[in-house]
Amino acid sequence: MPNTIPARARPAMLTSRAVQARAADRDLVAAFVLLALLAATPLVLSAFGQEFWTDVVLRAMILAIAAASLNFLIGLGGLVSLGHAAFLGIGGYATGILADFDIDNGFIQLAAVLGASALFALVTGMVALRTKGVHFIMITLAFAQMVYFTMIGLRQFGGDDGLTINYTSMFGGFDLGRKDTLYYVVLAVLAVVMLGYARLRKSDFGLLLKAAKGNERRVSAVGFDPYRYRLAAYVVAGMTCALAGFLDANFTSFVTPGSMSWITSAELIFIVIVGGVATICGPIVGALVFLLIEEIMGGVTVYWHFWFGLFLIAIVLFARNGLVGLLTGGRR
Amino acid sequence: MDTVLFANQLLNGIQLGLILFLLAAGLSLVFGIMDFINLAHGVFYMIGAYVCASIAIASGSFVLGIVIALPVTLAFGLAAEWLIVRHFYKRDHLDQVLATFGMVLCADTAVKYFWGPQGLSVPLPAWLSGQISLAGVTLPGYRLFITVVAAAVAIALWQVIARTRVGMMVRASASNEEMARALGIETRMVFALVFAIGAVLAAIAGIMVAPITGASIGMGNQVVILALVVIIIGGIGSIFGAFVAAIGVGLIDTLGRAYLPTILGAVFSPSVASSAGPSLASILIYVTMTLVLIFRPSGLFPPANR
Amino acid sequence: MSLALEVRDLNKFFGGLHATRNVSMAVPKGELHAVIGPNGAGKTTLISQLFGELRPNSGQVLVDGRDVTHRPVHERAGLGMARSFQITTLVRDLSVGENVILALLARRGHAGRFWRRVDRNAELQDAAGLALARIGMDPSHLPRRVSDLSHGEQRLLELAIALVGEPSLILLDEPMAGLGSEESRAMTRLLAQLKGKTTVLLVEHDMEAVFELADRLTVLVRGEVVAVGTPDQIRNDERVREAYLGEDA
Ligand SMILES: Nc1ncnc2c1ncn2[C@@H]1O[C@H](COP(=O)(O)OP(=O)(O)OP(=O)(O)O)[C@@H](O)[C@H]1O
Ligand SMILES: [Mg+2]
Repeated sequence: MPNTIPARARPAMLTSRAVQARAADRDLVAAFVLLALLAATPLVLSAFGQEFWTDVVLRAMILAIAAASLNFLIGLGGLVSLGHAAFLGIGGYATGILADFDIDNGFIQLAAVLGASALFALVTGMVALRTKGVHFIMITLAFAQMVYFTMIGLRQFGGDDGLTINYTSMFGGFDLGRKDTLYYVVLAVLAVVMLGYARLRKSDFGLLLKAAKGNERRVSAVGFDPYRYRLAAYVVAGMTCALAGFLDANFTSFVTPGSMSWITSAELIFIVIVGGVATICGPIVGALVFLLIEEIMGGVTVYWHFWFGLFLIAIVLFARNGLVGLLTGGRR
Repeated sequence: MDTVLFANQLLNGIQLGLILFLLAAGLSLVFGIMDFINLAHGVFYMIGAYVCASIAIASGSFVLGIVIALPVTLAFGLAAEWLIVRHFYKRDHLDQVLATFGMVLCADTAVKYFWGPQGLSVPLPAWLSGQISLAGVTLPGYRLFITVVAAAVAIALWQVIARTRVGMMVRASASNEEMARALGIETRMVFALVFAIGAVLAAIAGIMVAPITGASIGMGNQVVILALVVIIIGGIGSIFGAFVAAIGVGLIDTLGRAYLPTILGAVFSPSVASSAGPSLASILIYVTMTLVLIFRPSGLFPPANR
Repeated sequence: MSLALEVRDLNKFFGGLHATRNVSMAVPKGELHAVIGPNGAGKTTLISQLFGELRPNSGQVLVDGRDVTHRPVHERAGLGMARSFQITTLVRDLSVGENVILALLARRGHAGRFWRRVDRNAELQDAAGLALARIGMDPSHLPRRVSDLSHGEQRLLELAIALVGEPSLILLDEPMAGLGSEESRAMTRLLAQLKGKTTVLLVEHDMEAVFELADRLTVLVRGEVVAVGTPDQIRNDERVREAYLGEDA
């Protein structure tokens, strides 16, 4: 078991700190269990002839990757972006536009996805991270709206109607778009993102971000420039989210400006909060809940969004640590 | 340049600006006084439009629609404040964004349930649907009507806040809640009042645009974002700032849509220009906000008492 | 002897309020220099300008002969400056250990690595324990949340963090604010240990402590320097008595 307390200094009594550490451990254990369950899911579901649900879970995993990248910003950095969906779109459109020019080489596409998102994150982050609080919320929203309207305006790439992607990404002889393998590729990426997050939050870098979130003055006073580290975090998160967009493009063979609207960004925040801010499992739990509500409630009533909205309000009002927080007993 | 067309576009721009101002004024007060970011503000815009439209369709009287829609939205505003919103004044902006997003989902779906997925188109009374000639320029009467009504509401709001006792209480609560309470001002009442008045202003805006664009589900969702942009540009909590920024944004949007395709057409093919023009106009608005945030982070006209 | 800190004609306005008026100071290396003055005299404002959190309207700040007037806070910290705050400025929802380690990482020039785990790094944990030991705090406090500490413990931690990495110039803003008399005496003993080892600028209202500790004092009244001298000189300075001690008594 990981232990945050040096052995010789471990107090006999369980302090609040130790309770927190235990919650974090449960979160990590739960992450492994969840990943194992996800790995078994396609086999189990296809045994019951429920391939449809495999696709739902696959979509949830892609959303979870995007949400995890936002969780990194919100949970560690306290940076509430209402424009994170822009990166989903950038990933999708970078893939789709290359495919539109008959470039289906996955390596080139991936490089374009990561390069474009890194550049966009760097430029917008340099401006946005100079602002705080609600101004940060609004400026990230503004940048996302700029990309959103750009893609609506570019008729040659589908404009409002979205862009159909005719070729999936080819990595040598490997076709990323193949449904049976795509699931496991996405799962692998999700595992790396989740465990990467678990590691990052215990690293120097994670400590710095958490400290800057808690007390920026203190961080500068000891000699760190919070801005620089936040920018690094912003770029990493943007690239990760764009990767989700890349995977989604291969899954749906379609990308629309709607994937970048502020509604999508708000949904990503929803997933993060419902799952549990700053937890490892939060994003995947949140994404599963989000899609399961959509699919199950959507089957029962076309008015499921109403109950969804109420659920959201209730979660924010009463379960401030999200579902994972409820289960592991940690505090935010 | 065609002056008649230009005059019409100018009027459209000002009219959009005034509509935005009606939305932004409430949003800005709620934001400035309660530090509450309300994504659900557009809901009242939609409710106002729907209620007015149904009454107008059923009774044939647009005016009756207005007369009934306003108190109905006021009631909705008070109910929303009491049931949900007031619990979030002291929460962080993240929680507020989510809770009000939840309210948007609820409201949009409820409207779909009661009115169906199709929007409503609102009949204009004959006395408003004509053309009016002013100094040799013919303008659509209804747009002129909107402009006059919205301007009147703007001036009234301004006067109320600057001159009256209620306005004084609102300003006192905005600058220092503790102090206001110590002076015996019931800040909870003031908050509820401000929120509800904001809702009514939004409803007026929704009612005004409904005959032009129709009432549709989610009609408030894009416009509330524009209203947020307006208050950031104008300075959070400043009514005057909201007014200037709203007119500015209205003009950029309308004139951009009208003339950018022509300007772009000089360089690009007509099909590219016609689709990129409106987008570019929208982008310009966000660029403006970004520039304001970079060079004047607290907006163009930050309220003096903050 | 070379100067650790030199201030030339510093001025700061808050709107119409002239909070720092033509302040000039020279603090030689190794001196414990106290800045005293009544409430609102502009002591905190001065420290914040020395440390870079506030920009002066005019004037210069030199540290070790280098002009740092336009350097940001984190660069000044990198040059060996440290400050403590009058109002405790710690990351409340992190542990004591994490707060200390943050300072350790900064002082060692670590650029915040993505992968290395801080919580399992025995060397860092030991160094953090030593930093606590220096101010007489037991290392068993390391895992406690800062928000669970008493006010006195928080003041001590604030000092411990300022001392991390042997800064060459330490600015202390009322380290004894809100401490009981016993705690104040302990703090005085700690500060006495710093004498001669490093340069200290101490802002403090506890006159007993100030006159016991300081090599020299600067008296600030309404943003202006009214006297500079040794404790004895200041005690007997007429203007100081009038402007300051007289007010207090
Ligand atoms: N950010 C600010 N904006 C406006 N005025 C300020 C600001 N900071 C300080 N002041 C004013 O400047 C003057 C000096 O304040 P400062 O905090 O430096 O005094 P001080 O000597 O540290 O007082 P104390 O002994 O109470 O800590 C005071 O009148 C204060 O009200
Ligand atoms: Mg002070």
